[in-house]
Amino acid sequence: MSEPRRDPTSTDEFIKGLWKENPVFVQVLGMCPVLAVSNTAENALAMGLATMFVLVMANAVISSLRRFIPKQVRIATYILVIATFVTVVEYVIQAISLDLHKALGAFISLIVVNCLILGRAEAFASKNTVSRSVLDGLGMGAGFTFALLCLGGVREIMGSGSLFGVDLFHEGYQDWVIMILPSGGFFTLAAWLLVFNRLKARRERRAAVTAEVMS
Amino acid sequence: MTEDPLWSIFLNASLINNFVLAYFLGICPFMGVSGKLSTATRMGGAVMFVMLVSSVCAFGINWFLVAIDAPYLKLISFIAVIASTVQLVEMFIKKMSPALFRALGIFLPLITTNCAILGLALFQTNRGYDFVQCLVYAAGAGVGFTLALVLMAGLREKLDLADTPKVVEGSALALLVAGILSIAFMGFAGLGG
Repeated sequence: MSEPRRDPTSTDEFIKGLWKENPVFVQVLGMCPVLAVSNTAENALAMGLATMFVLVMANAVISSLRRFIPKQVRIATYILVIATFVTVVEYVIQAISLDLHKALGAFISLIVVNCLILGRAEAFASKNTVSRSVLDGLGMGAGFTFALLCLGGVREIMGSGSLFGVDLFHEGYQDWVIMILPSGGFFTLAAWLLVFNRLKARRERRAAVTAEVMS
Repeated sequence: MTEDPLWSIFLNASLINNFVLAYFLGICPFMGVSGKLSTATRMGGAVMFVMLVSSVCAFGINWFLVAIDAPYLKLISFIAVIASTVQLVEMFIKKMSPALFRALGIFLPLITTNCAILGLALFQTNRGYDFVQCLVYAAGAGVGFTLALVLMAGLREKLDLADTPKVVEGSALALLVAGILSIAFMGFAGLGG
């Protein structure tokens, strides 16, 4: 996580989570929910928004309390703060849609142990002001949601021929069932990581060529 | 669900619905420490041990929370109690058996925030298992986790010798292998009913 030399503006805080430091594709954090609930685009979106809410709220609280939390017990404190907000989210989802609550199941509660949230609390919110921490949470949450949607979209289109429950191919499409099953999650994520590795390699090659021309 | 025979619970947790390959729990340590066979085995042992301990704790907490009618405290108390129990167990082992402590090493504190542990605690309460069933379920989950980890480590040790293209190196390749492993585990579906 290299800090840029100039003071980052608030837009930078937001954008970096979305693309350059995307939590899933670049940092490979928080894989469990990414793989587990991305079998349809709708589940993926709900999970992404829930995680984003917890991330923003936990970042805000931890960052405002950062001067009062003793260093020795900080991890335990972070976990308690996160668990509180996860409980809130769980009851809210249950109130909004029981079907969604059933589909996501225990994975809503498991947001607590999502390494992404604890990681941001430790690496960012404990050192920065409240407003920047909130922006960081928003950016990282948006990046996480984006990654989940990438996976969920691909898996739903291939596995059941629809997107957000809307039938895309009508009859005549043979469902690729394996994409809905657990192994499909592994394959789709591997494929996305390949795409990102490819992009990164190309950018580095271009940068090298530009440097050569410049010198 | 509570009528399941014990052997069926065990098979279900270890093979059919393997925690790593079917529920995607504990992917982080699965990817992180599956590089070497010896580390993978020790990590598996540590996870199995913590699973048994936290399963007992979770059973106790759940009983207590139901008694005082406060189910909304479930998540917070689970995570807090599991984390502190692991810490306590760590100190205990350090005092009683330094050899075992060295063998488990850094893995013990790491697995506190492993989603497989909390997942196990949540699943067993959701399914309403009794005490013995909980223990068997935890043992099955631990065996399944170790099995997946050891298999993966063996595969990755072999992969290190192979000549792979540069783009797929790292997590992408590991995920592809995990996907194939997961297909293999789907073959267990239907085993034991």
